[in-house]
Amino acid sequence: MKDSLRDIRLLDDLARRQNPINKLHPLVKLLTTIIYLAVVVSFGRYEISALLPLIFYPVVVFALAELAPGRILRRIAWVMPLVIGIGIFNPVFDHQTVTIMNSTISKGWLSFISLVIKCVLTVAAGILLVATTGMEKLGAAMRIIGVPKIMVLQLLLTYRYILLLGDELARMLRAYSLRAPGHRGIKLAAWGSFAGSLLLRSFDRAQRVYAAMCLRGFKGDYNTGDDAKVGVRDLQFLIGWVAFFLITRSYNLPFLLGSFLTGVIGQ
Amino acid sequence: MSHHRVEARNLHFSYPDGQAAIQDISFTILHGEAVGIIGANGAGKSTLLMLLMGILFPDSGEIIVGDTRLTPKTLPMIRERLGMVFQDPDDQLFMTTVRDDVAFGPRNYHLDEQEVASRVREALAQVGILHLRDRAPFKLSGGEKRAAAIATVLSMKPDILIMDEPTSSLDPKSRRMVMELLKSFEHTKIITSHDLDMVLETCQRFLVIKEGSVAADGPAGEILKNPQLLHSCGLEMPLSLQKCPICGDQTKNFKSG
Amino acid sequence: MHMADALISPAVGGTMLAVTAGLAAYSAKKITNEMDEKKIPLMGVMGAFVFASQMINFTIPATGSSGHLGGGLLLAILLGPYAGFLTMTSILLIQALFFADGGLLAYGCNVFNLGFCSCFVSYPFIYRWFTRQGLTSRKILWGATASGIVGLQLGAFSVVAETLASGKTELPFSTFVLLMQPIHLGIGLVEGLVTAAIVTYVWRARPEILEKAAIGGALGDRSIKKFLTGLAIGVVLIGGALSWFASTSPDGLEWSMERTAGTTEIEATDGIHQLFADLQSRTAFMPDYGFKAPAGASSEEAISEETASSWPAVDAGTSAAGLVGGSLTLVLAALIGYLVSLSKKKGSKAAA
Ligand SMILES: Nc1ncnc2c1ncn2[C@@H]1O[C@H](COP(=O)(O)OP(=O)(O)OP(=O)(O)O)[C@@H](O)[C@H]1O
Ligand SMILES: [Mg+2]
Repeated sequence: MKDSLRDIRLLDDLARRQNPINKLHPLVKLLTTIIYLAVVVSFGRYEISALLPLIFYPVVVFALAELAPGRILRRIAWVMPLVIGIGIFNPVFDHQTVTIMNSTISKGWLSFISLVIKCVLTVAAGILLVATTGMEKLGAAMRIIGVPKIMVLQLLLTYRYILLLGDELARMLRAYSLRAPGHRGIKLAAWGSFAGSLLLRSFDRAQRVYAAMCLRGFKGDYNTGDDAKVGVRDLQFLIGWVAFFLITRSYNLPFLLGSFLTGVIGQ
Repeated sequence: MSHHRVEARNLHFSYPDGQAAIQDISFTILHGEAVGIIGANGAGKSTLLMLLMGILFPDSGEIIVGDTRLTPKTLPMIRERLGMVFQDPDDQLFMTTVRDDVAFGPRNYHLDEQEVASRVREALAQVGILHLRDRAPFKLSGGEKRAAAIATVLSMKPDILIMDEPTSSLDPKSRRMVMELLKSFEHTKIITSHDLDMVLETCQRFLVIKEGSVAADGPAGEILKNPQLLHSCGLEMPLSLQKCPICGDQTKNFKSG
Repeated sequence: MHMADALISPAVGGTMLAVTAGLAAYSAKKITNEMDEKKIPLMGVMGAFVFASQMINFTIPATGSSGHLGGGLLLAILLGPYAGFLTMTSILLIQALFFADGGLLAYGCNVFNLGFCSCFVSYPFIYRWFTRQGLTSRKILWGATASGIVGLQLGAFSVVAETLASGKTELPFSTFVLLMQPIHLGIGLVEGLVTAAIVTYVWRARPEILEKAAIGGALGDRSIKKFLTGLAIGVVLIGGALSWFASTSPDGLEWSMERTAGTTEIEATDGIHQLFADLQSRTAFMPDYGFKAPAGASSEEAISEETASSWPAVDAGTSAAGLVGGSLTLVLAALIGYLVSLSKKKGSKAAA
């Protein structure tokens, strides 16, 4: 639990640094990410080689944004079990086989591997988006694409309060564990009043925070100040990557490359 | 200069659960006055401030700021002139960086970004945390948070400054910093506290609240010379006016102001 | 229970995103119309609360296992269905963004499975029915438990439907359902019990909060009930149908279908299969090509098809090319990444 809070704070810090990726317009990053995700998952279920060039996007952007890969890999590992849990049935149920370089492989395994690759790529792209953009700016981008004000506001508030409540909760848990040594969770009977009192405190805090916002002239819009326009560099980023995604989607690049090298294409 | 006047007339307020927190409070605070509102825990100090700010509305009675009666309609106008620092700075800091938090108010009044930036710098410098401007508020210490919370209000350049327990849970140095800051602010001030030494140093006039009513209202000197009154209101004479048990018997002289 | 991006197809993800957007816009409108402004921060805090509470594991008596709260039902009870649903959308988005817990493409699916099912189905129809004549702690308990179970059963079923419709798993429908539903029976029960515990506590301490939510809910409104019932039934039907198609159309599945129980109507699906494949190639980009010869004719992929068909489908030569090219691609990616970060470290402006 402390881990989750730390992760949020960390991503928050990352998003606030200055580098070419962070400086891009949030809208551009949001769109690129969504298109990327759509392209990744649109690949056929047995596709592996054609999928691989898409790894360029996360790799390049991670490098440009100077992010450390360790944390991202950890997050990916965290999500893996679900995908593996569902994907592992593919080899069980799909017994068709293909022959690659004289060895016979079950297509089920191919689709399983393809699924795992897709999972890695999509998770990486998602984390990349927050780590280089930050919640406030994403909120601004959402406003631009027409998400209602109340929803964006609500999202940003939720995000802010998570840290606050997280701290409060950590304190309460500490107090609980001091008085209930050796328990791992909280007894269900106590859970209701434990969570309930946290809830009521949160209720009151909500009122106060909102009052504080209103006192400073808040009328429902988060003004982040730098409502920058989409610039040339932003467009270059968007168009460049999207073109790359589409080319990857239409041509099996590694295959072409490999064919060229192994001379098959000259046939 | 009547426009910086704050007047309360026969205020009554009860919380939804029936707790009568304010019972018939009236007072007038003139331009430039520094008023300390003191009282025990639960006396109704915070509630009174919330009424002044229009966060709560009285069941009966009225509040007048300048020449305007506080109603839901005049609220935005009045709030522009009052700046309030909350008892708990966490209630007041909700953006991702100190800078954004301090800029929140000015931006809501649609000042241009340059003006916003200069106000932010000014406010942060005033409370001495300019170096923290890019930090996240939730990562600050208690004292730094308090300073940031004060800056968020200063950046709006209010005419009247209202503070709920500005020095609670501060170490001596931060407390001193806040006190100097309060003294340097020459406009109307309304400050609540249990820290009578602090109030004594920053305010000339005391308003003592007991169980939701005004128990005493007058110059600081008079009220602090009345131990019975203080005691019955759950308060103690400020240390600076008590006889010092360690260093002898000398009673410090009271300075007003 | 959160769907991951890798498990869905763009078509399914897009459809569910659209459904979610519609529901959210509707809820947002409902709320703006009838809300006192104090509900805005309340929604934020409640969202954060659900988030935080998910971090408190509780021990389930006698089993030694632990669980946590989903939150949709609790939000609906405390905030009313519309505000509850909107709050759920925030929670899930933050989970998707920060914890990769369900991805952005799968976001619509997750909001539907976890938010819609509890806020717009089990809360109004089950919880409200149990508590229609005023609250007692017993009614709260029964209502929340029943709603918790139903909500999660619906959610689990949607997961099955969405995954199968995306064609990402070879699991036969029946097996998948038999796998998912019983697990979520337990999870739903826990969800209900925990929700009941919190609601009871809040109701004892601050009854006015629950009263306000019930008024704000305004679900007595018949037209909404009908609208939602229709929508719910429609989605379940479409979901069921899609998953049926999906489980019969993809290549490997005929095989497994014959081996599982419900193999009855496979002949009927041939025509549907064709239709579905056509539909797919026309609307979405989800063709199966690569190791397998292209199935549907699609204009956008004409080029790739040509190239693909000019090669013999699967033989050792082309596969070797794939392997060589694939490995090279990865090496190249690693190299580029390394070079970029190297040049960044040296502070050169090559990257910017
Ligand atoms: N939200 C609330 N609902 C019900 N009663 C409340 C609420 N807030 C405060 N009260 C009650 O109103 C009375 C006045 O509270 P208030 O917070 O104004 O006291 P205070 O003088 O600021 O105390 P402190 O010095 O501890 O800050 C107390 O009896 C308190 O219990
Ligand atoms: Mg107080």
